[in-house]
Amino acid sequence: MRVLRILLEKEFRQIFRDPAILRIIFLMPIIQLIVMPLAADYTVKNVKLCVVDYDHSSYSQKLISKITATDYFQLVDYTDSYEKALKYVENDQADLVLQIPSSFEKQVVKEDKATLFMALNAINGVKANLGGAYLRYIIGDFNREVRLEWLQLPRFSPQPTIQISALNWFNPTMNYQIFMVPGILVILVTMVGAFLTALNIVKEKEIGTIEQINVTPIKKYQFILGKLLPFWVLGLMILTIGLVISRIIYGINPVGSILTIYVFAAVYLLAVLGMGLLVSTFANSQQQAMLLSFFIMMIFILLGGLYTSIDSMPEWAQIFTKFNPVAYFIEVMRMVVLKGSTLFDIRVHLATVFLFAIVLNSFAVWNYRKRS
Amino acid sequence: MSVSVKVNGVSKSFTTGKVEVKALQNISFEVSKGEVFGLIGPDGAGKTTLFRILTTLMIANKGEASVDGFDVVKQYKKIRNRVGYMPGRFSLYQDLTVEENLSFFATLFNTSLEKNYDLVKSIYQQIEPFKKRRAGALSGGMKQKLALSCALIHRPSVLFLDEPTTGVDAVSRKEFWELLRQLQTHGITIIVSTPYMDEASLCDRVALMQQGKIMEINSPKGITENFKKPLWAMRSSAMYQLMLELRALNEVETCYPFGQYHHVVFKGNPVSEDDVRRMIGNISQREIEVRRIPATIEDCFMELMHQ
Repeated sequence: MRVLRILLEKEFRQIFRDPAILRIIFLMPIIQLIVMPLAADYTVKNVKLCVVDYDHSSYSQKLISKITATDYFQLVDYTDSYEKALKYVENDQADLVLQIPSSFEKQVVKEDKATLFMALNAINGVKANLGGAYLRYIIGDFNREVRLEWLQLPRFSPQPTIQISALNWFNPTMNYQIFMVPGILVILVTMVGAFLTALNIVKEKEIGTIEQINVTPIKKYQFILGKLLPFWVLGLMILTIGLVISRIIYGINPVGSILTIYVFAAVYLLAVLGMGLLVSTFANSQQQAMLLSFFIMMIFILLGGLYTSIDSMPEWAQIFTKFNPVAYFIEVMRMVVLKGSTLFDIRVHLATVFLFAIVLNSFAVWNYRKRS
Repeated sequence: MSVSVKVNGVSKSFTTGKVEVKALQNISFEVSKGEVFGLIGPDGAGKTTLFRILTTLMIANKGEASVDGFDVVKQYKKIRNRVGYMPGRFSLYQDLTVEENLSFFATLFNTSLEKNYDLVKSIYQQIEPFKKRRAGALSGGMKQKLALSCALIHRPSVLFLDEPTTGVDAVSRKEFWELLRQLQTHGITIIVSTPYMDEASLCDRVALMQQGKIMEINSPKGITENFKKPLWAMRSSAMYQLMLELRALNEVETCYPFGQYHHVVFKGNPVSEDDVRRMIGNISQREIEVRRIPATIEDCFMELMHQ
């Protein structure tokens, strides 16, 4: 016990004596948490639109003003030649071309039917997809208005129409920050846990202090606990800071119990620290450790469901995410923060991550050698 | 006297890529209790590898070794309690203070500075004024003393010092050796490695190492006495020229620079200065100072290397 205490004492002393590390530990999450959710916004705004109007009718005018009235679209040019419009697309000045044929109004009035042409610049797939969808939606809306104008009279529609009204649950305003912030918080906790642990142990290898430790009668478990515990505490501290920030800046109050989050985080950190420990047993220099952890983290983050939904990944990737602890924590965070899930609801997640912790740590301990 | 460290037929090799480096080849020696035993050899002789094996940090490929009667492989836990190791590189925590480093290592060995103050006193007193200073901010000599204090904090029966004086100034080196002598009076066996031949004479016995092999083990006096050939020191105004010309002579067996002189061994072992003068008669330079000198450890080392 005395040995473990002095190990912890030493570790905390070293951490708090290194101003650079301290800044990274505390400032990095704060800045990231403030900047990233604001930037990582999925709502596509300012789709640059170019309208080719061959009709010049009051209907085409009405349609265009309806489209530009939303803040999704930004009218780049109103022209009468498709070639000109395409030039805009080629120069990346426009994302979307809407072509209104010459007899648009006539067709609508006479034949109850008209066609519009839409060309999408699909270099940025997300923008093209969403921009196209918005435009279709607005045109559909316009269509309904036109019909109402013409078919005002019958009280009951002669043709049955089905109208859908959607209600967003758990996040009624579809506020991206509410579901991004908890996810980003997970990434931060993971980074601090995995990177710092790996780097810390490898640093001892690099400057040779581990040699001096290894000739002492200190036990393997004491050394490893002495390394894991400080970062476990730091990880929980980062989580706390993050939760406070998301409350102050984004006004996010977890619907579920904070305690649930901490219980899960406590177990989760064990898994992450085990990963860092494992990396450190393989790496011989801080560069190696850094690159290795970075590589692993990259995969975990990209396949963690933070930026892209796991459900829309191909099946093999979905299977992979089953082995990704980051994905579990992101899901749990969203469940607890948005939906108010309880410990009972996340029991499977908790058990899985606990299993990860055991496997990763055992592997790391097994691979850690006091002698070569 | 009882045996403190026993090494028997130890070999260790490393493979880097496809090249196999034989760091130690069939090393055997014994060190008695309370002895100051020196491992003398150039860089790459295998001194550090030997230390790492004896301090249980590395396992030998072949052979066995024991420290204090405990096997370095099977009873390594026992050994870790009773040896002090000071690696060649300063390996204490630079961001902890002198005091913190000491109490940290004392605690790891389940002891405290107070309990062993009498042993480390003479060393620790010299760094005590700086006990609140971080180890990284100490001078080279101070760092050595701190490292030695840390290695001694648990009263080891055997002390391994890997090149303790490398990179330390002449005065500190001298002080350091005086400290080692003091420690010897506490009955501590000291095994010290050094690339400096002049330090060899300060050991009780030395082993001359070269490329993973021990060439000779003897007392410093015994080693120099084994040097049977007459050795000559020469000096002139153009030293490099002199060496080239001496080496070109048939009569010269070896010639190497040594401080301000060249040390020369002649074939046929001439004993009088006149004979030597005659042998070097054809050299273009006049004014050559010639002196017969007793051999030093370094001369013996050079001799062994040429065999």
